[in-house]
Amino acid sequence: MTDDEKPDNLDTIYPVGEKQPDRVQTRNGHPLRDLTLDNLLAGHVVASDFGITAAGLRLQATIAERAGRPNLAQNLRRGAELVEIPDKVLLDVYELLRPGRAQSADDLRAAAGQLRDTYGAEETASLLEEAALVYERRGIFQRRF
Amino acid sequence: MTNSQNGWARYDLWDERHLSHDRFAVEDPENGFCASASPYDPKPSLVIEDGCIIEMDGVPASEFDMIDEFIVRHYFDLTIVEAAMAIDSHEFAQMLVDVNVPREKLVKLSAGLTPAKLAEVLGHLSTLELAFANSKLRCRRQPSNQAHVTNAKDDPVQMAADAATAALYGFDEIETTVRVASNGRTNAIACAVGAAVVRDGVLIQCSLEEAEELRIALAGFTSYTETMSVYGTEASFIDGDDTPWSKAFLTAVYAARGLKARCTSGSSAELLMGFHERKSMLYLEARCVCLQRAMGVQGTQNGGIDGAPLTSSVPRGGWELLAENVLAALLDLECASGNDTRHSESEIRVGAKIMPFLMSGTDFICSGFGSIAKYDNSFNASLFNAEEMEDFLALQREFQLEGGLQHVPEDELMTARARAIEAISAVLETLNLGRLTATQKKSVLYAHGSDETSSFMPGEVAGMNAALIERDITFVDVVQALAARGFTIEATRLLSMARQRVTGDYLQTAAIIRDGHVVSAVNDPNRYLGPGTGYVMTEERRLAINRMRREISKRDVLEGEGVTGQQDSRRWRIESKGEAEQGEDPREVVVGISPGFGIRLHKTTGGVPLYKVLAALLEGIREMGGHPRVVRVRHTADTSFLGLTAARLAGSGVGIGIQGKGTTVIHRHDQAPHMNLELFSQAPLIGEADYRAIGGNAARYALGQSATPVTIPYRGQALGARFHVQTALLYAIETSMIESEQNPEVLEVEFYDRRRETR
Repeated sequence: MTDDEKPDNLDTIYPVGEKQPDRVQTRNGHPLRDLTLDNLLAGHVVASDFGITAAGLRLQATIAERAGRPNLAQNLRRGAELVEIPDKVLLDVYELLRPGRAQSADDLRAAAGQLRDTYGAEETASLLEEAALVYERRGIFQRRF
Repeated sequence: MTNSQNGWARYDLWDERHLSHDRFAVEDPENGFCASASPYDPKPSLVIEDGCIIEMDGVPASEFDMIDEFIVRHYFDLTIVEAAMAIDSHEFAQMLVDVNVPREKLVKLSAGLTPAKLAEVLGHLSTLELAFANSKLRCRRQPSNQAHVTNAKDDPVQMAADAATAALYGFDEIETTVRVASNGRTNAIACAVGAAVVRDGVLIQCSLEEAEELRIALAGFTSYTETMSVYGTEASFIDGDDTPWSKAFLTAVYAARGLKARCTSGSSAELLMGFHERKSMLYLEARCVCLQRAMGVQGTQNGGIDGAPLTSSVPRGGWELLAENVLAALLDLECASGNDTRHSESEIRVGAKIMPFLMSGTDFICSGFGSIAKYDNSFNASLFNAEEMEDFLALQREFQLEGGLQHVPEDELMTARARAIEAISAVLETLNLGRLTATQKKSVLYAHGSDETSSFMPGEVAGMNAALIERDITFVDVVQALAARGFTIEATRLLSMARQRVTGDYLQTAAIIRDGHVVSAVNDPNRYLGPGTGYVMTEERRLAINRMRREISKRDVLEGEGVTGQQDSRRWRIESKGEAEQGEDPREVVVGISPGFGIRLHKTTGGVPLYKVLAALLEGIREMGGHPRVVRVRHTADTSFLGLTAARLAGSGVGIGIQGKGTTVIHRHDQAPHMNLELFSQAPLIGEADYRAIGGNAARYALGQSATPVTIPYRGQALGARFHVQTALLYAIETSMIESEQNPEVLEVEFYDRRRETR
């Protein structure tokens, strides 16, 4: 399923794991049906298989949109952008967004630039840039500790 | 009362009641003690110029704080704001309780209402109307419930057994937390393994500091989070060490890792944190829920939460907590409706508080029902706890309400607890983390709480967690350990939970997993439109909710009576000697026993064996100079008619009527049926000595003497609750034995360990 494809009838696609399991792949490219105990014990699938993919999240975003939940869909699309970003980077960006961590709007803009340029995380980068503007106006860059 | 500490002695009694521990705050909007409609709350407004919002709720764009700013940028559906804001608040309130206005329409319109407008709308609803609106507005059709599973030692073995217990009782989510900050991993593993013993699909959360919680989730031990706190004032938000943007980012991170997430907010948080800005609790919460929808989180845990006791202390506090949940539902957020923190020491207030939520149903009735002993609850005592679980079951049963729980037979419970103990022990042994003796395991099996266990202590558990971090243990290691030790079902179920992350179906609003199937607001939406719509219990579910311990049926009563009857058959004998004739002896008192007395019924509801009752009556009559005669009345089982029948047969004109359940009357031949000499209707309280005194008084009346009525002391027990089930069943047995054509029979009565009794 491509990102643009819109499911007409949610009943035919949701829950995806039951209705259209073949549309879902693991992060290492295995089909969903391969996630069995035997395959895990044999080492054919590994821990890193058990995560959602960007495509999987965009599919859920489409379902949320169709179900009348644009904000949830937007969050799932941001999530899709972050799937391939290492935990460490995400935790660092989260830390930077907390009050008083960034010393100026530039710190946040730099992080936004990294997300956009390195990982193509356009919507999330915009969120950071928006934060930079608001934090500046509200004095959130003031040191807390 | 001379020793009264108060003027009125009743205050002394009230001062001893649990309620006396509760404190009540004076309404004081200036200082934030105001549930709703503070004079300092803004008037609703939304001004748009050239497609831009330049004012919201009286605040111009240049003065927007972070919360206003995030709401303005992300919350509104600009295509409907003008139409929505133009609807009169009272009219909107009317729509919330109108069954003909569908939820979908209201949810859509809510995206055009400002926080002040939302608070104003709900202000028009009564508590009853809020509950009704909630039943219509909540997201998922099927209500559910969430358990706290923790213990004072962070002992993983007890935790696994208690998680299995929680899963059996019906909880769809388990939230755990730690006593020692570093113990999160073993807690999470134990809950996951314990729940997997029972079924596939219980979602697990380990509530910790944000980053640490995320790390444990990344290791695959948990499936959701609900502690992403948001606040209604900017200063509180900053002291909470976050901003709307940091929380929105974190929400996206949880999605990126395939984890279900909801935020937390609740009234009084701002008051407790010292930054309430003189606004009412409901208005601040309206800001919180608008912010949450704007962030795109699927749901919320709101309704006071930790602040519930403070909110409950102000007038209209209970109303406000419910209103918060209705706001969440209106904004299409999954709602775990508070009811976690214990808001009162009064059991009456606790039972009353839960009712609107049980009646309306919510996505999770409690955002943490304390499924463990109060003292083991590392979040603090919940509104309902293990101690009160059967009270909750009784409420579900009595009003046929879906609270997500059900009774579990003891054998089923013990089997699951035993297997959970073995499963987690197998994991800990295989991973070389710890080993227990059989005695230690057994101490957990039967334990109510950690006071009774001799398994792992906090120090040992800290060592396990250090090793888990050091060795980078993930859920895969746990699955392998379970499989290696033959716990294939549990291994498969843990794997199935991990598989849910790959599809992400449970990221949709209000998702739970029932037996491996995702049930959410997408495939199980609440579409309540009047009676018979929305959630209706299946017959199977209805029967499950009806089960209780201490249920008794006619069969149980008959079996019990049969056992007593058999035991007592060695003590006495009654034999019919033909139709009873009118007595001539002026000293004669007739005792008229009921159709089932001593035949199918053998003890009173007070537990006195009937042979002793009869012996006491006869002795009492004899002691006072009367001559007793016993007859069995066949045509009635009613006390009054038993008594009057006996009185009319008696030579003295005085008789005693007695039922098998022990209800007794002294009657005289010339009285109206229900106008007796003395009636003893509280059978459960009548003892052997009382029956002797009743016999004595009957003899006195027979001999024309005056008598002091026998008094049975009563101390206010709820006799109906304690005895009426048996009473009705016993009496039904008696009435089924009535033979209306049959005349009374005279009886020969013999007590084997006493002297022979005859007429």
